[in-house]
Amino acid sequence: MILELAIKSLRNRKFTSALTVLSIALAVVLLLGVERIRQEARESFASTISGTDLIVGARSSPVHLLLYSVFRIGNATNNVRWDTYRALANRPEVAWTIPLSLGDSLRGFRVLGTTPEYFTHFRYARDRKLELAQGTPFGEARDAVLGAEVAEALRLRLGQAIVIAHGAGDVSFSLHEENPFRVVGILARTGTPVDRTVHVTLEGMDAVHAEHSAEADDPLAAALHAQSATADEHAGEEPKRAITAFLVGLKSRSAALSMQRSVNEYPGEPLTAILPGATLQEVWEIVGTVEKTLLVVSGLVVVVGLAGMLVALLTSLSERRREMAVLRSVGARPAHVFALILGEAAFLTLSGIVLGVAALYLGLIAGQSWLESRLGLLIGVGWPSTHELGLMLLVGTSGILIGLIPAYRIYRHSLADGMSIRI
Amino acid sequence: MSTLAPAHAPAPVIDSDSSQPVVDLSSVRFSWHDAPPWIIDIEVLRVSRGERVFLRGPSGSGKSTLLSLLAGVVTAREGTVQVLGRNLGTLSGAERDRFRADHIGFIFQMFNLIPYLSVVENVALPCGFSQRRRARTGGNVDAEAVRLLQHLDMGGAELLRRQVTDLSVGQQQRVAAARALIGAPELVIADEPTSALDADRRKAFIDLLFRECERERSALIFVSHDASLAPLFDRTLEFSQINATGTTAQVAQ
Repeated sequence: MILELAIKSLRNRKFTSALTVLSIALAVVLLLGVERIRQEARESFASTISGTDLIVGARSSPVHLLLYSVFRIGNATNNVRWDTYRALANRPEVAWTIPLSLGDSLRGFRVLGTTPEYFTHFRYARDRKLELAQGTPFGEARDAVLGAEVAEALRLRLGQAIVIAHGAGDVSFSLHEENPFRVVGILARTGTPVDRTVHVTLEGMDAVHAEHSAEADDPLAAALHAQSATADEHAGEEPKRAITAFLVGLKSRSAALSMQRSVNEYPGEPLTAILPGATLQEVWEIVGTVEKTLLVVSGLVVVVGLAGMLVALLTSLSERRREMAVLRSVGARPAHVFALILGEAAFLTLSGIVLGVAALYLGLIAGQSWLESRLGLLIGVGWPSTHELGLMLLVGTSGILIGLIPAYRIYRHSLADGMSIRI
Repeated sequence: MSTLAPAHAPAPVIDSDSSQPVVDLSSVRFSWHDAPPWIIDIEVLRVSRGERVFLRGPSGSGKSTLLSLLAGVVTAREGTVQVLGRNLGTLSGAERDRFRADHIGFIFQMFNLIPYLSVVENVALPCGFSQRRRARTGGNVDAEAVRLLQHLDMGGAELLRRQVTDLSVGQQQRVAAARALIGAPELVIADEPTSALDADRRKAFIDLLFRECERERSALIFVSHDASLAPLFDRTLEFSQINATGTTAQVAQ
């Protein structure tokens, strides 16, 4: 009876009711959307690298090392000598290593010089291997394997030649034009920085830099590559080149800490070794304040939406005191009058939540591919998590609690007014 | 038919007992502050079953407060208010609301209708709060609502479809009368129901109201400041006289 009255009364005030529902729905979309992006971002962040026990680079802060070696953000300040790498890679507790050489770019995408081990040992997410969507991994020195996003953005196909540039900028004036690489493989999408990386062989990269330096048309570049240039002058079977960092897989994870200590105390040159998981956590804590701020902001939007409902209900009360007197005269109890207003608040809130969730899911279905291609975020369209259900419950409860305010006011009015109609 | 008697002991409630007075007030005193000066000070007031009583008095004299006492919205500070043999002072708030829903129909001066309900839904409203009145419609509430509306010249299909806010004041008052009468409550209280109507419509409305009260065997307490309506009623009470401070109430007829 009361619920029926509440719904009819809301229908009578269609416009304000619809606006109230809409504002609550938008707030819910924002709250749940931010929450979902937050979850996915955290997950995709944590799944950037897995299976690697140590990352070793020149001495720097752990966060810095992680950022440039895994996320391709920033540059290394120093290199690791090849003989150092060999010495550490040959230690008995080491199962495998992947050398990483960074510093060049292909039209804004980072170029990573590495070895075929990269395709066999690198893991991301929960122990997932890199898979080729097309072609093969490295065969010859001038082979290149593209990340999914690189191939898509630059419209590159298998067999095409690419020319890499020195430096990481979008536009570089020093192109290694004489040494084109050939695209032999394109990786399947991973949702990690691998998608945005051009992989070439270390040998190919060395050759590029050697020729480039020999010509010495750019003194700055020559100076920067002095180390590799001198290495190539010797032209030995085992080149005295330098790499930026390397990933280490150990035979036993329990050796990680002792290995980390011995790398950090390596007498040959100053090095830093990090445990990727621990440093990822450290970076996330920096990023985490941003995501918490986002959550707080979307929480405030919910508060604003519910406050709008409170205002709409409170302003309707003065004109409804008459209605309440009529209801009292036909036998409605003050509790009924209370329940009527509370029921309206509950109905508005619940409709807002339902509409918001529906809009969010429609938006996710429609925008999934866009989010994935633009932000690299793969947002699942699964059932709401218990956490999200908790948030919905929180919004619902808050809406009903806020409804108590006008309900209590009208209750007091109807006790005081009784059946006398005050206009 | 009309009697004026001293207070007597409460009788057991038998709804169908037609000898039972519908309203029986004795030594009732009320003020909003729970202490003198009293707004209501009525020694005796009795209304019999099926009786039509005209209660006349200027506005602001406490008539509405008396109606609130009769309807059980407020309770007397002193004395007893008995409606259908039930002492309202002994009932809880919820019981009084229930009692009102079951036994009393109410018509206000104006703005009687719930704007978001249809004409028929407005008439049927008391049956939503009272099992008893729903049962007394014979089971089909909507049909009974339409029947009452027809009796009040409001049964046209076009009228029934209209938004209640689009009805004229006279039409709204007839819908309100139908609502007060549905489920045959023993007592209909009308608080200045005709003051928003023009003179010739007043008489027509009162005639319709009388006819339906008679059919449903409901007593009618009709409050107005308009003395010209008094001759239509069985009995007229001057409010200023029954509501004397300390003196015995008098009856005018």
